[in-house]
Amino acid sequence: MAQLIIEKLTKRFGTSIGVEGLDLSVNEGELVALLGPSGCGKTTTLRMVAGFLPPTSGRVLFDREDVTQLPAYKRATGMVFQSYALFPHMSAADNVGFGLEMRGLNAAERKTKIEEALKLVRLSHLADRLPRQLSGGQQQRVALARALVINPRIFLLDEPLSNLDAKLRAEVRLEIRALQQRLGLTTLMVTHDREEALTMADRLVVMEGGRVRQIGTPQELYDSPVDAFVADFVGRCNILPGRRADERQFRTSGGLLLPVDVIGGERDDANAFALRPERIDIVPGDAGEVRGRVQAITYMGAQTEYVVAFGDETLVAVRPTPDAGEPLAALKPNDSVSLQWDRKVPRLVPQTSS
Amino acid sequence: MLFRFTGQLSFGQFAVRTLIVVAYAVIFAPVVMIVVTSFFAQEIVSFPPPGLSLKWYANALSKPEFLRGLVTSFQVALLATAIGVPLGTAAALAIVRGEFRGRQALSSFLLAPLAVPGVVAGSGLYMFYVLAEDLLDRDIKATTEGLVAAHTLLAIPWTVRLVVASLQGLDRAAEEAAANLGASPFTVFRRITLPMMRSGIVAAAMFSFIQSFENLDLSMLLVGPGRITLPVAMLNYLEFRIDPTLAAVATVQIMLVGLLMVVTDRFVKLSRVV
Ligand SMILES: Nc1ncnc2c1ncn2[C@@H]1O[C@H](COP(=O)(O)OP(=O)(O)OP(=O)(O)O)[C@@H](O)[C@H]1O
Ligand SMILES: [Mg+2]
Repeated sequence: MAQLIIEKLTKRFGTSIGVEGLDLSVNEGELVALLGPSGCGKTTTLRMVAGFLPPTSGRVLFDREDVTQLPAYKRATGMVFQSYALFPHMSAADNVGFGLEMRGLNAAERKTKIEEALKLVRLSHLADRLPRQLSGGQQQRVALARALVINPRIFLLDEPLSNLDAKLRAEVRLEIRALQQRLGLTTLMVTHDREEALTMADRLVVMEGGRVRQIGTPQELYDSPVDAFVADFVGRCNILPGRRADERQFRTSGGLLLPVDVIGGERDDANAFALRPERIDIVPGDAGEVRGRVQAITYMGAQTEYVVAFGDETLVAVRPTPDAGEPLAALKPNDSVSLQWDRKVPRLVPQTSS
Repeated sequence: MLFRFTGQLSFGQFAVRTLIVVAYAVIFAPVVMIVVTSFFAQEIVSFPPPGLSLKWYANALSKPEFLRGLVTSFQVALLATAIGVPLGTAAALAIVRGEFRGRQALSSFLLAPLAVPGVVAGSGLYMFYVLAEDLLDRDIKATTEGLVAAHTLLAIPWTVRLVVASLQGLDRAAEEAAANLGASPFTVFRRITLPMMRSGIVAAAMFSFIQSFENLDLSMLLVGPGRITLPVAMLNYLEFRIDPTLAAVATVQIMLVGLLMVVTDRFVKLSRVV
């Protein structure tokens, strides 16, 4: 296992930007996820690390060794492709054995390692099947075993779960994470599923338009997004444009005054108030600081969502679904309510119009 | 499924099925006719036949031109396939994978022989060969080499067409995966690309062979004494006699082609390729 360092990596396709000035390091045994909307440059980044795509400028280093000019087949990365990319004319075992063969292992050595790898992904009983005789989840695990068995310096995953159904996805997510931690794999993963990113990654890189917006732990990004884009991308978020009124309040463009403690460190260009729905408390009646009217109540099982209107503006609050008898249970649309939150929780962030 | 008449058929379904049956009948009727008449005892075909016999087969065997024609056709088809398929495959790779200007033009150019009537191409080649013989001072027309060169023109477009199709359907990610696992570009080609193109190439070889084997129009002007292909030999026979001997020869030809298709189908499912 190695440390991956990406320096000022840039890829342009003609005049259009694929990736622009990406700086990132993935430490030994760490799993970093690239997260962002479609077309933000995630795959492009991964392909440059794997060596399938020459960068326009910048460097890729494995353990301080500059591999930027090294062809893909000499880089010893282990990649799991979105489409799995199994060799259709080879059995599961031969797929797994291919990388070992390229490394010059003899048949006997290969056999042991193939067996080990297939056991790791719990597919020993299907070793002789051709890819087309396997289910999507099974193919996915063959691809995983194939990438792992060569003991890669860097483990690369391109949306490895996107072809699986929701239930299997949650299961395989845990499996991959457990394997990655057990084997101590330095991993760069691409996803546009925020839940996947939040649950699997040690650190996240949120990208947009080929540029990094923020790098940090899932918690950091969730609780302290640097801008409205990140706030919105890593989870649901109320974002209200406006200006800071004073040290204790934010005035929205609709004139609403929202309590917030300015803790310092906000960017000068902060022009929006960001607050996650589950951080908002609802109190029936109009005794509180922020008073509005219930516009809609949506039952979502364990949680219930309340849309509260203040003139033209709305805030969404999500609370655990109340038991009968609790004050919130009696709430109906058009009732007056007050909203409150810990004043240290909201973030003032810049919102770029896009 | 076609003939499983369960329950009521709508008029539309009925019409479609009838159409399919008629289409097959139109396609197969002449073939069946040839096979049947080859066993008729009399010389001028009439129904019902006075008796069945194998004498036309015996007659065909007694004529050396048919056997020699068969051997020549076989040789030419084999050589044209052996030359045309690798060339066509290389061209297909260049067309699909290459990054140069004029790929589309190259593709059209290589497929062109399919669009030119065989007699026209044959006449053109004849004149070209005459010219080339003058310049090079050696025989070209009426030689096996000349014939093989001409038939290679049949193999190339078929190969380009089939292999391009199989390359376009090929998942590039599998090749990248192989490179990712440490395979050099050449190894990737040999171990991944080529096997994935296999069915396209096998089908191309089969079609090239058949195209050459049964070709008449392109070959007519290019054959010479002792270098007569089977279809040309059959045409020559027809100039003097009309009897079921030709039907017997044609039946043998059909059987050989059929056998080739059955054997090929064991290696690649033709229905998937074509
Ligand atoms: N070969 C190419 N030629 C031209 N532009 C390209 C090429 N590959 C990618 N791009 C462009 O580069 C940008 C980034 O593409 P990339 O595939 O990295 O996006 P992504 O983040 O992986 O998106 P997705 O989530 O949809 O997979 C896109 O705007 C895309 O159109
Ligand atoms: Mg992508």
